Amino acid sequence: MGKLNSRLLAGPYIIWMALFTVIPLCLVVYNAFTNTGGTFTLENVASIFDPVNSKPLWLSFKMSLVVTAVCFLLSFPLAMVLWKYSKNKNSLIVMVFILPMWMNFMLRTLAWRLILLNNGFLNHALVLAGLNPVYLMNTKAAIILGTAYDYFPFMLLPIYNALVKIDKDIINAAKDLGATGFVILKRIILPLSLPGIVSGITMVFVPSISEFVIADMLGGGKVYLIGNVIEQAFNSGYADIHLGSGLSLSLMGIIVISMLVYRFFDKGEEGSGIW
Amino acid sequence: MKHILLKKLAAVVLCLAMLSNLVSCGKGTKEKEKNQIIVFNYGDYIERDVLEQFEAETGIKVIYEEFLTPEAMYTKYKNGTVKYDLICCSEYMLDKMIKDGEAREIDTSTMEHAKNIGDRFWQIARNFDTENKYIVPYFWGTVGILYNTSMVDFVPDSWNVLWDSRFKNNIIMQNSVRDSFIPPLVLDGQSINTTDEKVLRKALGRLQEQKELVQSYLVDEVRDDMANEQAALAVIYSGEASLAHEYNEDLEYVVPDEGSNLWMDSWIIPKNGSNYDGAVKFLDFLCREDIAQQNFEYVYYSTPNEAVLNNIDEEEKEEDSAIFPEEDVLGRCEIFTYLGTEAEELYNRLWKELKVY
Repeated sequence: MGKLNSRLLAGPYIIWMALFTVIPLCLVVYNAFTNTGGTFTLENVASIFDPVNSKPLWLSFKMSLVVTAVCFLLSFPLAMVLWKYSKNKNSLIVMVFILPMWMNFMLRTLAWRLILLNNGFLNHALVLAGLNPVYLMNTKAAIILGTAYDYFPFMLLPIYNALVKIDKDIINAAKDLGATGFVILKRIILPLSLPGIVSGITMVFVPSISEFVIADMLGGGKVYLIGNVIEQAFNSGYADIHLGSGLSLSLMGIIVISMLVYRFFDKGEEGSGIW
Repeated sequence: MKHILLKKLAAVVLCLAMLSNLVSCGKGTKEKEKNQIIVFNYGDYIERDVLEQFEAETGIKVIYEEFLTPEAMYTKYKNGTVKYDLICCSEYMLDKMIKDGEAREIDTSTMEHAKNIGDRFWQIARNFDTENKYIVPYFWGTVGILYNTSMVDFVPDSWNVLWDSRFKNNIIMQNSVRDSFIPPLVLDGQSINTTDEKVLRKALGRLQEQKELVQSYLVDEVRDDMANEQAALAVIYSGEASLAHEYNEDLEYVVPDEGSNLWMDSWIIPKNGSNYDGAVKFLDFLCREDIAQQNFEYVYYSTPNEAVLNNIDEEEKEEDSAIFPEEDVLGRCEIFTYLGTEAEELYNRLWKELKVY
């Protein structure tokens, strides 16, 4: 009876997953390996090597590496500060950094657009301060900024969670034994927070590599990422869902492979969840 | 987070699909079908009061639906759950539908007010509806250059201005394949409907060369960015240009001397519609002078309805050259036609080559 009950409880989610994850994934695989006539082809999957597709892929890869690095460099020191000064996980100071996540990410990106525009808030402020205006809008820098801002909490929270789990006694013991702050950071804090860092990097790098909305909104259509290529394949006047599916599948494959490689070097480490 | 967003989106789409299913099931009986028409149009592209007036006058109920892009319309139409009686869309999509045999002939001789549509517009329609059998013009316009008179001290009446390095980082282009190919093709003296790869490659070369001068490639934001003085020049549709001028008096619109594109949104009766008579009645109603007038004042795009045009005083016409272009503009503009899948594929390919350049 109890077994049946728990199965029933899982029911809604299984239906949900089947409808919105498994079936769509099957459709993507089917479309990727067929052409408009319905016959088998490898052309769509292989088209990732076509320069018009591989160039955006390489650019996406480089940009999400930068985004991940920016997120990490901002998050780690901040997580340390939060860890030191907040008494518990739900303190106000942590809230402040999660708060932006309560807002739709489109709105947040739209706000960045208004800030970065050639005569937007940023340049008004710069001119008022007697400085030269900067033209960030429609550049790669703007997209990196917007993406890093959007994914920042996904880096911060896992690292923070990993830090919170560190027993302060260990650090006190190290101090007693004469360890300097740098040694404590290098030999204790970094290794112990590694699971959080790994999970943070995964959660920022993977979604940001297929980013296209931010590129559209802050890049002014001048920066063309693999996400834009796929979106165009599905959405433009000349829609080719087979090509779009093929590219999606290749991208998925590349992400899975890079994750496997990445996990290989982090063997034995378990990712820590965000919450 | 994006995953959740996508899933939610999928759920909404599914719900909508179910809903539209329910709707189409509900109106199963023959009796009901006789007394209603289902109309499919671009968003915010009709004066809503006109619909009520039509219902009151004829007793025919109007079920009115809207779409965002011609492609979205076509997907939904092809899906077939809803049997539309009337669809309004861009000429290249209607061209495709006519070529695919999706359109039903409209007997305009039974329409009392069809004569209000000027001869020159029937003539333009002949570019894709060769015998004027399938479509009735609704609104039209041009593609041209919107410029800020405080930043550009001359009238940019040539597409060449878009390659002028003085305006580096001050040019906004349309973020759509065929629209962005208009300037280079026209400058080369080619048809904007060309499918010749050599010609198109040359045009692509010009666009790639232009890319470093371009501030951004946009669609919906062109008007607002120009009104906010983000850029000096933009390629834009005439209807949008007129609105932009309302927001910012410094903005003026010009159709370059070399020529441009003329677009004409028109009505078509799909062959699987169930109320042909009702649809024709509605079309006739839209052509009627008073209704067309109301509708024009709301939509404020160029109207092909001569009866309405005659009512507008010369002063207003002179003030808004985007909506009331001079006679010769029509002569130097070319309408888009449907180019077929192969050419679409080529255009798409070239577009990507521009984007990765």
